Amino acid sequence: MSELIPYIDRERPDTGLTNAKLGIWLFIASEIMLFGAFFSSYIFLRVGAPDWKTFAYGLTDPAAIHAPAAHDDHTDHATENASTADTPAKALATPTHISSPLHASIPMATINTIVLITSSITMVMAWASLVLKQLGRFRLYMSATILLGLLFLCIKYTEYSAKLAHGLTPGMSPLMGMYWVMTGLHVVHVIGGLVVNLYLLIPGSRMWKTNPEQFTGRIEVAGLYWHFVDLVWIFLFPTLYLL
Amino acid sequence: MSDHDSHKLSFVQRYIFSQDHKVIGIQYAITALCFMFLGLVLMMLMRWQLAYPGADDPSIPIFGKLLKNALPGGKLTPELYNSLGAMHGTIMVFLGVVPLAVGAFGNYLVPLQVGAGDMAFPKLNMSSYWAFFIGGVVMLSSFLMPGGAANSGWTSYPPMADIAQGGLSAQFSTRLLSGQSFWLIGMVFLISSSLLGSINTIVTIIQLRVKGLTFMRLPFMVWAQLVTAFLLLLAFPPLEAAGLMQLADRLVGSNFFLPAGLVVTGEAVGRVGGGSPLLWQHLFWFLAHPEVYVLILPAMGIVAEIIANNTRKPLRGYKSMVYSILFLGFMSFIVWAHHMFLTDMGTVISAFFQTTTMIISIPSVVVITAMVLSLWGGSIRFTTPMLFALAFLPMFGIGGLTGLPLGLAATDVHLHDTYYVIGHFHYVVAPGTILALFGGIYYWFPKATGRKMSDVLGRIHFWPTLICLNVIFFPMFIQGMAGVSRRLFDGGATYTHAQPVMWTNKVMMMGAWTLALVQIPFIFNFFWSIRHGRKVGPNPWEATTLEWAAPSPPIPHGNFETPPVVYRDAYAYSQPGCAKDYLPQNEPEVG
Amino acid sequence: MSTESPEAFKKHIRGYILVFVALMILTGMTVWVSSWKVGVPIAVAIALVIACTKGALVATVFMHLKSEKPIIFYCLVLTLILLLSVLLLPVATALLTMTNNAG
Repeated sequence: MSELIPYIDRERPDTGLTNAKLGIWLFIASEIMLFGAFFSSYIFLRVGAPDWKTFAYGLTDPAAIHAPAAHDDHTDHATENASTADTPAKALATPTHISSPLHASIPMATINTIVLITSSITMVMAWASLVLKQLGRFRLYMSATILLGLLFLCIKYTEYSAKLAHGLTPGMSPLMGMYWVMTGLHVVHVIGGLVVNLYLLIPGSRMWKTNPEQFTGRIEVAGLYWHFVDLVWIFLFPTLYLL
Repeated sequence: MSDHDSHKLSFVQRYIFSQDHKVIGIQYAITALCFMFLGLVLMMLMRWQLAYPGADDPSIPIFGKLLKNALPGGKLTPELYNSLGAMHGTIMVFLGVVPLAVGAFGNYLVPLQVGAGDMAFPKLNMSSYWAFFIGGVVMLSSFLMPGGAANSGWTSYPPMADIAQGGLSAQFSTRLLSGQSFWLIGMVFLISSSLLGSINTIVTIIQLRVKGLTFMRLPFMVWAQLVTAFLLLLAFPPLEAAGLMQLADRLVGSNFFLPAGLVVTGEAVGRVGGGSPLLWQHLFWFLAHPEVYVLILPAMGIVAEIIANNTRKPLRGYKSMVYSILFLGFMSFIVWAHHMFLTDMGTVISAFFQTTTMIISIPSVVVITAMVLSLWGGSIRFTTPMLFALAFLPMFGIGGLTGLPLGLAATDVHLHDTYYVIGHFHYVVAPGTILALFGGIYYWFPKATGRKMSDVLGRIHFWPTLICLNVIFFPMFIQGMAGVSRRLFDGGATYTHAQPVMWTNKVMMMGAWTLALVQIPFIFNFFWSIRHGRKVGPNPWEATTLEWAAPSPPIPHGNFETPPVVYRDAYAYSQPGCAKDYLPQNEPEVG
Repeated sequence: MSTESPEAFKKHIRGYILVFVALMILTGMTVWVSSWKVGVPIAVAIALVIACTKGALVATVFMHLKSEKPIIFYCLVLTLILLLSVLLLPVATALLTMTNNAG
């Protein structure tokens, strides 16, 4: 069958690419446009909103979110540590600085950034191990990548529960709507990447015996996708949480 | 990419979940043709309603009795009329023409024309078809939803689309099981499908070209499919994003597209403010303008192949045509807001988009001019495919030229949302693209089946179709100039300014119903010729491109007996010093 | 890259680790800077510069863009131009509409 479709496991001489490598880059190009449209929507809605407060809080009183204990309807769920953000009174009093319903999640989001970047380096090391013909180290690094991906999802789950507990639903404000669709879509991409990585770690790695070149290529392609998911997060993090 | 030999494949593997690009191409073709016929039927119902809007007017023949429950008294309800309008557009564009032009012709021809054994990713190819199929089923099942199918136009503009069918206040299950939500879910499937398909096409063209087939030797059809694939790849994701956001608006109560203080029928529906309906328009038209070129580029590719073959001459200005469509593809991404001149964008932005719109008409003119010039001095064979290809040229010309007044903000103010717009884009797509697609079917039918379709029936199909299409669409320009809006349930009967042009509604209705009638020779010809058409060899048209080097039909899973090698340009017809008037790309010796 | 000797390849691995450290530092920096009391435009500019730097590092080193083939560059350049178009043109209409209405 290698006759039927060439350049699966070796590069076409004039383009220097395998089919899968070109394919994944085209897919990433399309994903850039997908996330780009969300970033565009974020900018459009933020610039078009009458003021920051409408964009970030909608009709909700910022104080109700930043000091949940003061409001009866939220006291039961006051699990999130609001003091990690700037205290709202100070933030709102300073006209040059902005307060955001997402500032409370900065610590968790920072940890998640670190987790995802670490998983990126383990992914690239997994591929490098295969290039150096070390299947054992590949297994180690790939497992680490998957575990870090799962850790990312766990932290995200905690963050989401806290958001829901505080009534920070997509309907609260345009910012929260953007937060949910953008991070939600990103989580879907993380899950997709985890499924692929898990496949390549366990059943897929049998290919190492029959066709190591193609298997290394597959890991490289999976890695490109995984780095892209990391890359998206690198932009999501400051856009949503910090600004 | 399994190791089975094609003979050992079961029926299901060979014809249903096939990974062979030819079978998938034919699956796309049949499905898309069915959808197109459905779209035509929807149109017939609407046209009847517009011709006979009054309560005492005759009820719809045939369908009025068949669909008694949906058509009380044999007439359309206003709600159903809106649904049919939205679904006619959606079905024709996303389920009919694009799958036929890109899914069917692209899938079938691209690997053959680049000399490959199959697409680069056969499994992906199969998933792409089935994602399309699921999307189509979701779209169709929306007709069965309690509130009927989507009824906010094929553009699904919010805030109407956001709040349609209980989008804001109803129970979650009602909001989910509604035509508009199903429209959005169906679109997500269709977008995923064309995403997978376009990656496959691009990789196949770039990676699987056989030895000697450099980029400038590619048939024009392959170039057209390459540009089309890039448009689908990069323009569709923003609509996917917008679709997900509208779905979030409808299902989880977010507020992306609802402006502050929105009041509908005396009731305040705006939730928290800050949303913008214009955001949808931007993201929608970012896709939908390139989509126009997705509709037209494969048609240009087909017509170029047929013209070169039937004039027995190389295409005139092949290179300028290629560079034109590359430029066209790029420009199509920065013209979209000419659909939005009436949205108070400001004169600076309007001027920008007017300018880009005027610029983008240039490459289309170059391509069409090159094709017309190719006719000059050719010894034209008036075969059935050639008739369709020749008809495409003036029809696309009318469609393109009538677009210019719409691209200029000053004239667009008068023409926006009138029947003029409908006439304009239907001239591009229906007498334009669809005629080219018919031509393509007649032209490559012998390749797919080993038999020719009947020429007599082909002519019986061609002439009435051409006439009917013009009878339907030309009066739209007249109505539009008179200011008749495109979305009227009664066709303008209650408007004074529409009275002088009301008679054209009956003309268009007759055109539409006759159009359906004259498709019968085509349908008969199509199925009859599969078994009883005249048997032909691998190269019945004496053509030069690589697909004709394969047997008819090509070998399952592999196409060619031996991989061909390419020695020359795609259209070496009537070369001096040659015994015969064509030199196939894969023939080594110049005679 | 797979044709290189293992010794040469180990150099790449050192590069990966350096980039990883740089990414960590930049992450810390962007969080730290966000707590400064500066105007919104400056905060946006700084965050954007840091994010772009990090993105460029991931793309060039982890995704091997620095030694990638021309076809992929062409595709990505096209994508980035279109990305700019989808990012900037809608917002330009929003901004200009606001000035129109104000004036």
